[in-house]
Amino acid sequence: MRLSGRAVLVGSDNVDTDVLYPGSFLNIEDPELMSPHLFEGLDPGLRDELGPDTILVVGENFGTGSSREHVPLAMKASGVSCLVGKSFARIFRRNCLNLGLPLVDCPAAVARCATRSDVVVDLDGGVVVVDGDSFEIAPMPDFMRKMVDAGGLIPWLRSEAAS
Amino acid sequence: VPHTLAEKILLAHAEVDELSPGDIVMVRVDTVMANDVSGPVAFRQMEKIGASRVFDPSRVVMVADHFVPAKDARSAALQKRLKDWATDQGVAFYDQGRGGIEHMVLAEDGWIVPGEVIVGGDSHTCTYGALGAFGSGLGSTDIAAALANGEFWQPVPATIRVRFDGEKRGFVSGKDLILAVIAEIGVAGATNAVLEFVGEGSRSLTIDERMAVANMAVEAGAETGLFAADELTRAYLADRVTREWSAMASDEDAEIAREIVIDLDGLGPLVAAPHSPGNVMALADAAGTPVEQVYIGNCANGTMTDLRQAAAVLRGRSVHPRSRVVVVPATQAIYREAMREGLLEVFAAAGAMVSTPTCGACFGGGMGVPAAGETAVTTTNRNFKGRMGSPDARVYLANAYAAAAAAVAGELIDPGELIEAPA
Repeated sequence: MRLSGRAVLVGSDNVDTDVLYPGSFLNIEDPELMSPHLFEGLDPGLRDELGPDTILVVGENFGTGSSREHVPLAMKASGVSCLVGKSFARIFRRNCLNLGLPLVDCPAAVARCATRSDVVVDLDGGVVVVDGDSFEIAPMPDFMRKMVDAGGLIPWLRSEAAS
Repeated sequence: VPHTLAEKILLAHAEVDELSPGDIVMVRVDTVMANDVSGPVAFRQMEKIGASRVFDPSRVVMVADHFVPAKDARSAALQKRLKDWATDQGVAFYDQGRGGIEHMVLAEDGWIVPGEVIVGGDSHTCTYGALGAFGSGLGSTDIAAALANGEFWQPVPATIRVRFDGEKRGFVSGKDLILAVIAEIGVAGATNAVLEFVGEGSRSLTIDERMAVANMAVEAGAETGLFAADELTRAYLADRVTREWSAMASDEDAEIAREIVIDLDGLGPLVAAPHSPGNVMALADAAGTPVEQVYIGNCANGTMTDLRQAAAVLRGRSVHPRSRVVVVPATQAIYREAMREGLLEVFAAAGAMVSTPTCGACFGGGMGVPAAGETAVTTTNRNFKGRMGSPDARVYLANAYAAAAAAVAGELIDPGELIEAPA
């Protein structure tokens, strides 16, 4: 799997799910209606930078806090194709993988990224390329990789049930 | 092979002969829980899996607690969706006014016994570790898969052993112990690990206090938090469950990632200052901070222990003119016990508002949102920017003594200025 796109930076560390998607909008259950509230508590202007080729570039412990899947659902609905971060919080990482939204841990690539940098995430080659500079990434555990390749937990479960 | 408590529980729930940290295994669940926020999103995902019925209705429980009582039509629709789904599936359902906040309801109503695995569509599912159970907080797609198939994928976590030495004293409560842990290891310090709480100071904690500690394991980034079951656990469960369970503990020579030691003899009350549960300081160092709102409640701190502590401070006193107080008993049962004990009268007489059980203002869902520019002191577990509704409000996390004392003084103070410390 190889994804390429344009970097949108969410700079700071420990960005929590409350600022990414405030609690007052949790009474929305339709993913299409969630995306207008993404980044509401952080920087609503970030929403305008998202498009079909967006790769979110984030700091340490990104997505800490609540289990609200509204965050990655809204990201997917807004066109985010991948996240490159220094590190991710546990439930947020699970939620992304379960939705087939790949994420990779690569602090060096994050440090190299500027706004609108060209980013290539090559899961097969084990590298992230930022404006031509390559950074190695650890291979994704086999189980997670299969799930991401399948498009998320649900298609993976369906394919397992069929085989 | 020696194993940690977490490994033993997972091994008993997975189709593998051996496991070690980093392995990813499919884990059988004993109970699946969701609420009015995580449930409806999970139901949509379950349909996409192609499953029309849950794997075992007797192992599924739904709790209406986040937007209750409904604050608007959209929240009401969510409640209706939850209720209709639960009725159709024939699963247990705690409706508004019948249960309370999910984690306390499940604990007090006998859903949790040591050694079990519970997945919940809420990050504070780690609270069940107070009873020696592996509680895993998950998102809605994970919950959908667990509802359909009765299992979830889980990386085997490492174990960080947290040893509480000595005995807590004075105005120190469960909240202070876990804040001390987070101060020590940081908000991501337990990533890919469980926190296992041991030591004499750990065994001397009541179940309510263990709930307060385990509840915030997620605030250190942990997979979950665990107390090995003991006689106190057995006494707590005696009237609540009829099914058999056996106490498990980590092998002494099991491999752990790290041990940290918290000396309770030297521990005083703490607060987490805005805007992170990791921004921990001594209550004394925050003294004098003006406080407009006090909130006593949440999924592990609306217990009888918390309400009694708050009442000890508020009895015969009045809420300061600068402040207002919202008290939220965590469950209907606690609400009634507090009523019988006269605590609700103490709160109301002091000028506090007593709310029906709800997650409410803890996450900005309603029932007590502070204004921009205001400072709140809460017994909750998160003080992220905007957590309670306004990005320009400031939230201090504290124990119930400290919160109630702030209400009386209109500013953060040492509760010892108002009442004598408990023996």
